[in-house]
Amino acid sequence: MSIIELSLYQQAILLLAGLIALTSFLMLGQSRLVRLVKVFAAQGMLLAATTALAATVLEYPHLYVSAALNLLLKGIVIPLLLQRLIHRLELHRVMDTVDHPARVMMGGAALVVFSYYVSLPVVENSHLVTLNAIAVSLAVVLLGMLLMITRRQAVAHVVGFMSIENGLFFAAVVSTYGMPMVVELGVAFDVLVAAVVFGVFFFQIRASIDSLNVDRLSKLSEVEP
Amino acid sequence: MVWALAILQTLLFIAAAPLLASWLKRIKCRLQNRRAPSLFQPYRDLRKLYRKRPIVPYPASWIFRAAPYIVFASTVLAAAIVPLAAVDLPTARIADVIVLVGFFALGRTFQVLAGMDIGTAFGGMGSSREMTVSSLAEPAMLMAVFTLAMSAHTTNLSQAMNYVHDTGLVLRPSFVFALGGLLLVAIAETGRIPVDNPATHLELTMIHEAMILEYSGRWLALIEWASQIKLMLYGVLIANIFFPWGIAQDFSWPALICGVAAIALKLALLAVVLGLSEALFAKMRIFRVQEYLGFAYLLGVLGLLSHIILEAARVHH
Repeated sequence: MSIIELSLYQQAILLLAGLIALTSFLMLGQSRLVRLVKVFAAQGMLLAATTALAATVLEYPHLYVSAALNLLLKGIVIPLLLQRLIHRLELHRVMDTVDHPARVMMGGAALVVFSYYVSLPVVENSHLVTLNAIAVSLAVVLLGMLLMITRRQAVAHVVGFMSIENGLFFAAVVSTYGMPMVVELGVAFDVLVAAVVFGVFFFQIRASIDSLNVDRLSKLSEVEP
Repeated sequence: MVWALAILQTLLFIAAAPLLASWLKRIKCRLQNRRAPSLFQPYRDLRKLYRKRPIVPYPASWIFRAAPYIVFASTVLAAAIVPLAAVDLPTARIADVIVLVGFFALGRTFQVLAGMDIGTAFGGMGSSREMTVSSLAEPAMLMAVFTLAMSAHTTNLSQAMNYVHDTGLVLRPSFVFALGGLLLVAIAETGRIPVDNPATHLELTMIHEAMILEYSGRWLALIEWASQIKLMLYGVLIANIFFPWGIAQDFSWPALICGVAAIALKLALLAVVLGLSEALFAKMRIFRVQEYLGFAYLLGVLGLLSHIILEAARVHH
């Protein structure tokens, strides 16, 4: 089935899937932490919009709940928490630049191709309309990992981690119409708790190595040279 | 009859280009709380320049004298193959979008050569910058065009516009990416903010102005006119490829008039968007242009990928 034969709502879901992949790429290229968190918030909102659309198309009312939860937590609460942490840790002027932005972007594009290749057999065996987007969700997971690998600031790592969670949630929405409500609620609160715990962690890391640059963690030693 | 229409369309294209430039200027003036000059000011400027005698710098060779004509002619030829108000005209049928990119490259090559020909520091600097920008912008533009070609199964502009028109409103993720990429490339290629500032003669930030600094009289008029046509070319490309509704698909008078009105409206709206973006963004440092165009290229690649991943027909076993 090509895109012309789908209804407008289904096309909109695929369009939003494309935009979610774009936000992942924007996060890869963003060197200011405040903006990184803003793009992350945009990704959360897009994800909520996709879920709400899927709820309309598939007539699955419980997806509305997960859409609202997603919007509230990943679109608003967690970005605000991270934003406040960044300001309190005085990191809002710190540039966390990537060494070779072009190479990282091409690596990201390669990851998208890879996830398409991997998800091809899954897509071939199903008639679900939204399943085309499963490659995108896998790509969002891998791009989140790439974000964590390329950055040095601990806050960026947390954003990468949360974006991996976004990818998994997206995969659940497009492939199985969302997880059971209990699991979803559990994951949502886990993520919220994780954000709080990471906040405490940041202060711990800063207290012990006086920076949030994780490169310095490898230089810790018991004995002063 | 159709050839006459094609020539008429090209003439309309050339004649309307200064109007679009002055409309854009008017929007920018409004946004900056300035009083705008009359909408016909560019025509007066061109006429004034055309009457003046061009001055040839001492070491200039024939390239310097020939460049304005080649730049203007290649831009007019490019304008001839882009459907403005009607598709299926014979000029649009004989050439595709790769030829269009070729015409741009031809004009640019001679402009760059002319910039270096006179041997001033500014000319060389402008030429080198122009080549840097265009060598990054061209692949990004081709990527965006290939994304379009994959959906429409053709690189011919008129057939592609017909295809998009006939399939109606389809929300294609790949078109959104291609549109983004093409907008970024258009801004870079026509020398607008944030890549270049068309209104400045500030020495160290110029790209386009640095190359044509030694031109005067009717040669300057030709070059200015060509750059106005180029701005309109990109505007028409974006408007007609992604939003082709209203364009004339047959050659009856009502359809043609409707086509002209539609493209005028679309260009006016596009100019508002461009004017707003110019008011909101500051000019970037020249060394950040590669990041900007790298992003345009990435959008093109994402467009191709999302066409394959999200839009292509799936085969069931």
